[in-house]
Amino acid sequence: MNPEFSPTSFAIRSPFITIALVFLLTVLSVFGAQNLYFRGDYKVFFEPDNPQRLAFEEMQNIFNKSENVAFMVVPDDGQILKASTLKLVVELTEEAWQLPLSTRVESISNYQNTYDDGGDLIVEDLITASTLDEGNIYSVKDVLSDSPEVYGRLVSREWDVTIIDTTIQLPDGDQTQQVIEIATAAKEIKRKFEDLYPGHKIYLNGMVVMNDAFAVAAQEDAETLVPLMFLLIFIAISIIVRSLWAAIFTLGIVIVSVAITIGLTGWLGVYLSTATVNAPTMITTLAVADCIHIIVGVKYYLGKGLSNKDAIQKSIEVNRKPIFITSITTAIGFIMLNFSAVPVLAHLGNMTALGVMLACVFSLTMLPSLLTIRPLKSTTAINHTIFLRWASMINRHHRLLLPVSFLVIIAISLFATNNQLNDVAVKYFDERSSFRQAVEVNEDKLGGMSNIDFVVYTDKSYGITDPQFLNQIETFAQWLRDREEVNHVLTFTDTLKRLNKNMNNDNEEFSVIPSDGDLASQYLLLYEMSLPFGLDLGNQIDIDKSALRVIALIDNLGSRDITALEREAKAYFTSLSSDYRIEAASPPLMFAHIGERNMKNMVWGSVLALILISILILFALKSIKLGGVSMITNLLPAAIGFGVWGMISGEINMALSVVISMTMGIIVDDTVHFLTKYQVAKSKKLTVKESVAYAFETVGMALTTTTFVLAIGFAVLASSSFVLNAHMGMLTIIIILAALLVDFIFLPALLIWLGDAKTVEKES
Amino acid sequence: MKSFLSAFFLVGIGLVSNTVLAAEIKGDKEAITIAKERKARDEGWGTNEANVLMVLKNSQGREATRELNVKSLEVENDGDKALTVFESPRDVKGTAFLSFSHALEADEQWIFLPALKRVKRISSQSKSGPFVGSEFAFEDMTSYEVEKFSYSLLGEDEVNGEKCFVLKQVPEYDFSGYSYQKVWIDKAHYRVQKVEFYDRKESLLKILTLLDYKQFKDKYWRPMKSLMRNIQTNKSTSLITEEITFDTDLKESDFDKNSLKRVR
Repeated sequence: MNPEFSPTSFAIRSPFITIALVFLLTVLSVFGAQNLYFRGDYKVFFEPDNPQRLAFEEMQNIFNKSENVAFMVVPDDGQILKASTLKLVVELTEEAWQLPLSTRVESISNYQNTYDDGGDLIVEDLITASTLDEGNIYSVKDVLSDSPEVYGRLVSREWDVTIIDTTIQLPDGDQTQQVIEIATAAKEIKRKFEDLYPGHKIYLNGMVVMNDAFAVAAQEDAETLVPLMFLLIFIAISIIVRSLWAAIFTLGIVIVSVAITIGLTGWLGVYLSTATVNAPTMITTLAVADCIHIIVGVKYYLGKGLSNKDAIQKSIEVNRKPIFITSITTAIGFIMLNFSAVPVLAHLGNMTALGVMLACVFSLTMLPSLLTIRPLKSTTAINHTIFLRWASMINRHHRLLLPVSFLVIIAISLFATNNQLNDVAVKYFDERSSFRQAVEVNEDKLGGMSNIDFVVYTDKSYGITDPQFLNQIETFAQWLRDREEVNHVLTFTDTLKRLNKNMNNDNEEFSVIPSDGDLASQYLLLYEMSLPFGLDLGNQIDIDKSALRVIALIDNLGSRDITALEREAKAYFTSLSSDYRIEAASPPLMFAHIGERNMKNMVWGSVLALILISILILFALKSIKLGGVSMITNLLPAAIGFGVWGMISGEINMALSVVISMTMGIIVDDTVHFLTKYQVAKSKKLTVKESVAYAFETVGMALTTTTFVLAIGFAVLASSSFVLNAHMGMLTIIIILAALLVDFIFLPALLIWLGDAKTVEKES
Repeated sequence: MKSFLSAFFLVGIGLVSNTVLAAEIKGDKEAITIAKERKARDEGWGTNEANVLMVLKNSQGREATRELNVKSLEVENDGDKALTVFESPRDVKGTAFLSFSHALEADEQWIFLPALKRVKRISSQSKSGPFVGSEFAFEDMTSYEVEKFSYSLLGEDEVNGEKCFVLKQVPEYDFSGYSYQKVWIDKAHYRVQKVEFYDRKESLLKILTLLDYKQFKDKYWRPMKSLMRNIQTNKSTSLITEEITFDTDLKESDFDKNSLKRVR
């Protein structure tokens, strides 16, 4: 490349014009930011044609939607069957109607108690203010324990927790605004009732609250992690280059790269989400690495007595190729996130890839301009002797280090088999989140809050009142109840059995499914007529009585267990009779499936990334042997990373399946830097050992610095209370540290061994 | 309870007795005058019998239909009496439902289930529940009585090509599912053209539009079509009157619980 015509020389010759151009580009891009909007709902993790999402949406179209806010009332004395708690429930049930977009409120107080009274059928709220005055608390207990529709669902079997469940009808499309409004209103109600009724804790739970938690997590990450990130960068740069201006320039590059990326994202009409909110963090780490390479170089040449412009020119010349290769390989790695089955992870990949390339361009243009306008002071050259000492240690012990490091790597990698796919959305939030606290209490008192909704289609109007069908549902519900992981089953057959009993003077013998389909239909008609607003059966029965929904509340299971339950339940139902079609759907099921599919896709994405990157390296190094060496050393860090993860956690969620692609560029960067210098030395007719030493002397500092800066960046991410982001950050740190160790121990040892073998071969 | 027919037309029965109760009606004078006039224009219709088709639609446009036969009897000083017999779907054919509606207390209702061959009295305070899974609540279908609400006049508007008064009416019954309703009453004949129903958190829940008014006995107007749209769930229900006859030979005794078993 002729420096006369390169953008860098233009940037050095006309610094003000360059900066003005960058500024103009930034302003134009940032206008796009007005198109940006944030989506906090859980559906951003699923493509519109995701099969589980489609099944769930189909079900929501047929039945009433099941998005909800649940108020979980926990009295301190562990007893809900007392006047004060029941009064709270009655009032909170009424108040819950005030939540925006609420369409249904269910609790033990407005549970429609039906019974026979001298031949009359009585339908009434189980608990009212007057029931409480009359002190009928024990009859309440009798009714509830005999009402399978609510016992174990709206009230715990130990009588220590009760739930007021509010169904919310969210509009289609972006719901974040409504979700936040509803959650705010719910928190307000919670506070009010905790004040009014001392001795009671109220926890908020449900899909709407989870969506709000997603939004809150993103907001917290943006408000706390990003500023922390900038602070840490300032400190890191001050320590490494001891210059305030260098820190300011680096931040300038970072801000411009991030601003343009976000602006262009807006122009492209992509929304922001819990995942993409971290794109700035990732872009920042890589932009900082680029800038440090150049700034360190400039100072090095200034120290050697070059003029400011020459020092800049020289530093760019040396660093242009590695920076470009690093950026392009990193970008390729991130672009591979498009293979992910999770749309927001693909967005994250594209935004980061764009930002990384922008940072590359600006560090090679805008940074030289800034350095021209405001020259750095020269300081002493950085001491590289520590790396030379390391190199000689490797050279002396390589015969031992190669097999030992290889065995250690294999041993650690074997732990990767401990890892299990486990996407449980309610556990994406750590213990600091109030939502997670509610989830834990729920799990403790009522079992998990996950659900699988089974819909059985008869494809016939009034098909669900056919006695054969009802008996099959009854058997199926019993099968579900017998499963240990199932905590509650809501089925219309329970209601029907109760009505049959009520209509026959409360005679227990009639607590069975009517043997006559017409009678079942007529009971259904009668029952529907007696229900108050918001308690209709639309959540269980479709419009022409042809499909029935059975809702199973289950433990918060991992992906494998929940999909197994789904499979076995469907198989059991079909084994009873194949006359009816059964479908299963629910948000937990959506998350359970996404992890698996995402992992499958990402394996292919990573393979493709590896091939592309290997081709790049082959071109860059022009050597098949070194290309092969780099392939091996590029694979090992991921293997070690997942091995270590298997030791410390073993839980793989959808975010971790993308870490391989994400770290690919960083891993390759280390190898390429090292091998490039090694090759340069070899071409100067140095021996293998001398070449290894040369490589350590020239890039040892740069690699350590980049790894250090990146580790800081991802450590910030790892401190997120949003587990998806935190785990992504942690695993990335493990992998890039592993990459550094592989390149500092295994790679040189391997090069020496290969060199020796070759020498021996030649000698013979 | 649900004086089904007049109820569902939402065109009240103007009862002479109304004036007796007038003193208790709350609201502004103008609005109360309009409400009373609405009722007065529909008094004295006596009895009628109608065949009604009910079409339920969910948000996806899937439909389900029910056919009903409704006999109504005007009652002075109180809500009407209605006897509703289901003609379809097949599974519930012959199910009969008798209701005596009351303005400010729970309705009285009896049901006859042909499969059980037994008449049951149902005791329920709720008037807010959906009528057979439709978007019409029971309270939307019972007869109009002035004392059911308190009133205020919101202004004037044009709906369905008719100049209308717009009234706000707040239910007086404790167990109503609504916080209030907005009612469009045309100036020409004091017929209800449109109603907006607001739920307990005062959000718009449903809109009822009444169409194809026909006049009977040179006095009483009845809409041949009523469309109820739920704004929150996008479901809707249409009520289509296929046939309606006034001055039938129905008697008071046709509307008691013993008469239920006799209907087919």
